[in-house]
Amino acid sequence: MVSTTSSSKTQLVNSSNIKKLNGMRKKVLNEDTINPCIKRCEYAVRGELAIRAEELREQLEVNPDSLPFKHVINTNIGNPQQLGQKPITFFRQVTALIEYPDLMDDEHIEFTKQFFPKDTIERAKALLESMGGSSGAYSHSKGIPLVRKHVAEFIEERDGYPCSPEDIFLTAGGSQGVQTIIQLTIANENVGIMIPIPQYPLYSASIDMYGGKPVYYYLDESNEWSIDVNVRVLCVINPGNPTGQCLTEDTIKEIIQICHEERIIILADEVYQTNIYDDSRPFLSFKKVLRSMGPEYDDFELFSFHSVSKGMVGECGRRGAYFECTGIDKSVIDELYKMASVNLCPNVQGQVMVDLVTRPPKEDEPSYELYNAEITEIYDSLKRRASKLASFFNSLEGVTCHHPQGALYLFPKVVLPEKAITEARKLGKSPDTYYCLELLNNTGVCVVPGTGFGQVEGTFHFRSTFLPPEELFDEFIEKIKVFHENFMKRFN
Amino acid sequence: MYRKQQKYVMGRELDQKNYRNKVQKTKNKSQTFKSEKKDVQDYHDTKNIIGDELIYNIKELMRINSHPSLQINNLNVDNINQRVRDAQYAVRGELVTIADQMQRDISSGKRSDFEKVVFCNIGNPHAVGQKPITFIRQVLSLVEYPELLENPNVTLLYPKDVIERAKEYVIGSRNGVGAYSNSQGFDFVVRDVANFIEARDGYKADLKNIFLTNGASEGIQMFLNTIIRNNMDGVLLPIPQYPLYSALLTLLGGTKVNYYLDEEKGWGLSIQELNSAVTKAKMKGINVRSIVVINPGNPTGQCLEVDNMKEIIKFCHRENLIIIADEVYQENVYTEGKKFTSFRKVLLDMGEEYRDVQLFSCHSVSKGFLGECGQRGGYFEINNIDGEVRDQIYKLACTRLCPNTLGQLVVSMMTRPPKEGEPSYELYERERNAILSNLKERSILLTKELNAIPGITCERPQGAMYIFPRVELPTKFIEEAERLGKKPDFLWAKYMLEEAGVCVIPGSGFGQKQNTFHFRTTFLADQDTLKDATQRMRVVHERLLKEFS
Repeated sequence: MVSTTSSSKTQLVNSSNIKKLNGMRKKVLNEDTINPCIKRCEYAVRGELAIRAEELREQLEVNPDSLPFKHVINTNIGNPQQLGQKPITFFRQVTALIEYPDLMDDEHIEFTKQFFPKDTIERAKALLESMGGSSGAYSHSKGIPLVRKHVAEFIEERDGYPCSPEDIFLTAGGSQGVQTIIQLTIANENVGIMIPIPQYPLYSASIDMYGGKPVYYYLDESNEWSIDVNVRVLCVINPGNPTGQCLTEDTIKEIIQICHEERIIILADEVYQTNIYDDSRPFLSFKKVLRSMGPEYDDFELFSFHSVSKGMVGECGRRGAYFECTGIDKSVIDELYKMASVNLCPNVQGQVMVDLVTRPPKEDEPSYELYNAEITEIYDSLKRRASKLASFFNSLEGVTCHHPQGALYLFPKVVLPEKAITEARKLGKSPDTYYCLELLNNTGVCVVPGTGFGQVEGTFHFRSTFLPPEELFDEFIEKIKVFHENFMKRFN
Repeated sequence: MYRKQQKYVMGRELDQKNYRNKVQKTKNKSQTFKSEKKDVQDYHDTKNIIGDELIYNIKELMRINSHPSLQINNLNVDNINQRVRDAQYAVRGELVTIADQMQRDISSGKRSDFEKVVFCNIGNPHAVGQKPITFIRQVLSLVEYPELLENPNVTLLYPKDVIERAKEYVIGSRNGVGAYSNSQGFDFVVRDVANFIEARDGYKADLKNIFLTNGASEGIQMFLNTIIRNNMDGVLLPIPQYPLYSALLTLLGGTKVNYYLDEEKGWGLSIQELNSAVTKAKMKGINVRSIVVINPGNPTGQCLEVDNMKEIIKFCHRENLIIIADEVYQENVYTEGKKFTSFRKVLLDMGEEYRDVQLFSCHSVSKGFLGECGQRGGYFEINNIDGEVRDQIYKLACTRLCPNTLGQLVVSMMTRPPKEGEPSYELYERERNAILSNLKERSILLTKELNAIPGITCERPQGAMYIFPRVELPTKFIEEAERLGKKPDFLWAKYMLEEAGVCVIPGSGFGQKQNTFHFRTTFLADQDTLKDATQRMRVVHERLLKEFS
């Protein structure tokens, strides 16, 4: 026993000497020794294309004439303000006052009143009081109580059913909330979480990260079903990302019925709830439909998500969001609170934005008129751009595209020429990735290949936002048109 | 045809016996479905009936994947991810919930035995009256509402350098704070951090290796998540420690390997202790991968000497350990003649031979003299970490899109404060010095006051924001706690909260040697508050001593 230990020690010393001799001592942490769950997870929205786009942007900064285009246009991500959407004045006035409350002291107030309407000052004061006087203090880990109360009121008004502030958790962006719930529900490696195909890759990435099994809704050959998988959660994105589809009341009901029967929890990603462009398809929350189904469904378990990053607000950088727990056991809410407390608190300015978005200025308040004008302008413009871009895609050879009912994206299908597919395979790339890279390198337009979201085998898609500013829209469309025609010519 | 297919009725009365048959049958059925996939797809394309197809697919999959015998019932504490259930995080536990309720009762007039609850449980300076640094908040307000910058009268409200800085941020971020930044953080903030690190350590920092985060905690979480593969991977944690580390290790499924700090030597860190901790863990088959060092210490306030750090690095070199250096209190050093030195500097000073020692270091805007906890700004830097690993960490950063932009700007201002000669410099320096000297005075006062209570002993902290005093508890009190099923130090802290109105955290939340009892208190409140608080604690403590003698 003793000799084994000493000999293995000698061996250790020897091997470390050898490593040193070669000057190549292997590091503790290397690609092969990290957490395999991290290695497994994929996240395309900021993958190869986004990295390449960043390289091109840097190149243009150094040498503006070195590429066939002047700007990189990021339509790979729903990031409205990056493409020039202006923030809503009311929101920013309040947040500015909260950052620098001295603006409201006796010395400054007269001056401040010239720039800030009365209601923004009142809002800022009330919010500051609710956070103990400074946005620099950690708040309650679930979020500032007043903000949670306002969120609950917003939900009650939207749905017509009661909502308790105790069931609301504020988070640093919707993604954090989704990850928390996925982590919570994956009790072992056999827990299955159903996600749509195509899907927003946050879901598959998080499931991989926490060691569960993704179960895709679309059936296809590559899906090896294992009978050991125990489906526990169904994720629904409504309005859909990347598909832009809005579910009808009947569909939602039926989904709830099946899940109720199977005792499956629903995770409803509703961050695009105000991005609705088809009047015949209004947004209905899962919570509202669930509650309309009567007491039989009182025990149904649902997590719903909303965020300030989307809608007409587009305050992505602020990382503000909330989730609501419906029918969730008190003991589980306590555990969620503990998880939240490990993160201390979501950033306070994100929470403030959640408050403002869920409680916009009322009709009789001084900020209402401007607020309403700004929101309407953004909404109308999004609707116009969505429709214009969809029609444009449909006009391209081999491209078909739905007119989106909601969200911020189009997910056109492209029939790629055989030769292009062969060329892509030769380069070791999926054909849609190859198409998107070519588009980026030739036009500066960055979209995300369908592979990142999942697609029926043999079909190719890409996701593009319709967020480029309206005044540049024709130019943007023209670029894609020229590229696409050349691409098709080249490979036909 | 397609619509007909969905009309099949769900059969939930399956039993294990015919389950496999059922699976096979369903697979066959879905084969049929798949062969018609093309048509369905076209139909879907034209009629846009996502709902029908979705439900069909969900039903199909559930028939196959739901496993009747394994069916987990509704989510409850026993069937959620058990790592979540097992994680402990005392800083915001039961006592804080009670304290919040007490404060609400006081505010609403239901309770009047004290004016307010004194929250000494968490390093949250602004919550106990510390004012933000003016320069930082002025810049942020302009960045929030850049229209002010266009108004000619803005110069009446804001100093020139504030306006310039705000303009720089508005332009530098390209589109203001409302857009997602790069997942690593704004380029210009990453550069500020790199320059700050270089000025501090005398060695250039690689931009690629700096990541902005939502508070330091997020970065620590990301890095531990990258390191830990399974429960055979161990991480050395100091005892006492900030419970974030133990909570994360439990959540991520790694193994905690404790090393004890030596209270007799001012909570010093001895290599002998590290050695024995590693040896013991190895005997259990644990692969010890990393060590967490909190410097200045939380909750101990201890600042490491450079010689000690060198020994630690040598030890890590020998044992192949990744160093996780939590340096969020680097500005909070109070003892005369003591100076913070980063692990990075010491490591790089040690030369080529140690270039394979891997290091993660983090910093935050929540501590120091900024105390901007609510902004959730922080960064981490990695050294000697392979590019492939760095890329994996980057991917992890991408899944949460970006750290909040305002927090990033606070990091920028922390690492690039106003310079001498700039209009804001004087006020900035005055505010900074006042906060730091207040903290120092309060740490001295609180140490003195606590030591005056019989049975409580502590040393003056060298740094950070906490004191971790030891309390001698009477045997009968310990027995009483056991009878109630509570930890003795928890029961004691509960008395302090409910009867003295002071919220401190029991030492068991941080870890302590068996049969010793401690608590952690911040020294952030003003002197009068601290005096009153300790006075009340003394009364309650003395009463407890009598009652349980």
